[in-house]
Amino acid sequence: MEHFLEQVLNGFQLGLMYALIALGYTMVYGVVQLINFAHGDVFMVGAFLGYFGFAVWGLPLPLAILLAMASCALLGVIIERIAYRPLRYAPKIAALISAIGVSLFLEYFSSLKFVFGPNYRVVPRPFPEIQWKIAGLTVTNIQVIVFVVVLIMLILLQILIYRTKTGMAMRTVAVDHNAARLMGVNVDTTISITFAIGSAFAALGGVLYAIAYPQIHPFMGIMPGLKAFTAAVLGGIGIIPGAVLGALIMGQVETLTSAYISSQMRDAIAFAILILVLLFRPTGLLGRTETEKV
Amino acid sequence: MKLSRNTLFFFLGSAIFYALVKIMQFNGILTPYWQLVLDQALIIVIGALGLSIIYGFTGQFSLGHAAFYGIGAYTAGALDKVYGNGNMLFFFLSLLIGALVAGLVAFIIGLPILRLRSDYLGIATLGFGIIVRVGMENGNKLFPVLGGATGMSGTPQLAQFDLIFILALIIILLVRNFIFSTYGRACISIREDEIAADVMGIDTTRYKILAFVLGCALAGLAGGIYAHRYPFLHPASFDFLKSFDFLLIVVLGGLGSMTGTIITAIGWVFLLEVLRVVLGQDFIDWRGVIYALILVVSIIVRPQGLFSGKEFRLLVPEQLKMATGKERTYAGSGN
Repeated sequence: MEHFLEQVLNGFQLGLMYALIALGYTMVYGVVQLINFAHGDVFMVGAFLGYFGFAVWGLPLPLAILLAMASCALLGVIIERIAYRPLRYAPKIAALISAIGVSLFLEYFSSLKFVFGPNYRVVPRPFPEIQWKIAGLTVTNIQVIVFVVVLIMLILLQILIYRTKTGMAMRTVAVDHNAARLMGVNVDTTISITFAIGSAFAALGGVLYAIAYPQIHPFMGIMPGLKAFTAAVLGGIGIIPGAVLGALIMGQVETLTSAYISSQMRDAIAFAILILVLLFRPTGLLGRTETEKV
Repeated sequence: MKLSRNTLFFFLGSAIFYALVKIMQFNGILTPYWQLVLDQALIIVIGALGLSIIYGFTGQFSLGHAAFYGIGAYTAGALDKVYGNGNMLFFFLSLLIGALVAGLVAFIIGLPILRLRSDYLGIATLGFGIIVRVGMENGNKLFPVLGGATGMSGTPQLAQFDLIFILALIIILLVRNFIFSTYGRACISIREDEIAADVMGIDTTRYKILAFVLGCALAGLAGGIYAHRYPFLHPASFDFLKSFDFLLIVVLGGLGSMTGTIITAIGWVFLLEVLRVVLGQDFIDWRGVIYALILVVSIIVRPQGLFSGKEFRLLVPEQLKMATGKERTYAGSGN
């Protein structure tokens, strides 16, 4: 039983990190209906910048995280400006292909020797790991930090989206670009802001991921990115609470499968569950079914 | 049998292409390495035409095409490895079985998931692709011959250029006839507007599944040929990155255009190898970077693809030519 609860706790930690990435996917999908395949690679860049910040350049950890988040926010905006904006009103598939191109570009460019290099790097712990025994359960300070940070970010995001003008603009753009424009919303700026916020979240996720699972390399973003995207779809893409719910489910499924069935089956079972959920709820767990009008 | 003029030109063009390749082989311009690249390009043409039917003509977004390519490769490869002994007849039989198995799997998975739409369908097929890859990595636990995560070798290498070329020709003709048949028209109408097609009395579920099974069977056939041309099969060759390759070939070629798919498939395979040669040993790391840049730039320059909805005339059956002055698009541009 204790073993089980510990696995649940591990799954919760993983799920929270997926949630940080999934939020970016779902927000971007909300405003431009684009599967931003490059998002997982922004996560990777965030992990590397965080690593360079606190392990190589010797910055204090919070500063390193802020640096990573700010740089990735900028990266996200640049990607949108160069690769997606020219295709915004082209067929949807064109932007998707462009996203795949950007994703490959970030992976291979990062692998170049003068950038991050193709090798695996071991991330030193920025602080010593402490374990507490609570009622027979082992809880680490990393888990607590991840939990607190993600919780704060989720609250901030909630405030941003439902309590500020920018958030209102984002919600408007998600409904209809032209109507938003008629209401005086600057659609381009709003989309840029959405990319910036999503990418900053991914960067934070990247740094936390590098601290919790201390090994990074230029292709590390592919699988977590895919899982997080799956989580966003599972919860209902475009819906923020859905992304968090989906991510927590993915985290549990993955950890429990590794613990009780086989770690090789992890991905297969996670995606099998995705397919099953989609069959019964074709727009995800929290998604609304829109009746198609002729 | 009376062949139309376009069909005759198609055969004439193919014969010229074949003759050129033969001359280059004879002169030694076409080294075994480039021969391998050309064969690979033709194999990819067959697989990409499969996705063209599914996505380009029927509009069903699939991100799991490489899974069916892999299923065909492993099925045909393993069968021939165990029972074949270099027998040509058995080689064809194994190709057929590979395509049938891929089609059967597509039927089983397609029945439920083709109800999903656009991005949701894409992500479900992507998930299926990952499940298949996990299956390939662990397949050796059930059938040791599959080799699992270390890959499989030992399939007799029976596929040579002549044979691959003839198979590719047959497939191109087959796909052409399918697209310009009643079935093809039904598929195109589903792509354009599923509800309208339904209202017009088209059994949309049936045609979506038909297109999906046919397309995936072609991927399976391509996989089977691949297994007989490349001595080493590995699960990593059939993962979702490979599915992206098929997808970008179909999209860059232009949705709803066989011409585009064929030309882009050949061009794309050669581009990768030409980059390898041009960059040389010192800059080989840049290959992925340049590949990605070419991809982004070309889609921004031509978001509708090279030949969106247009075909070379030799890929069009005669009776469909239109009156003079009318724009000659057959399948619409789609989106």
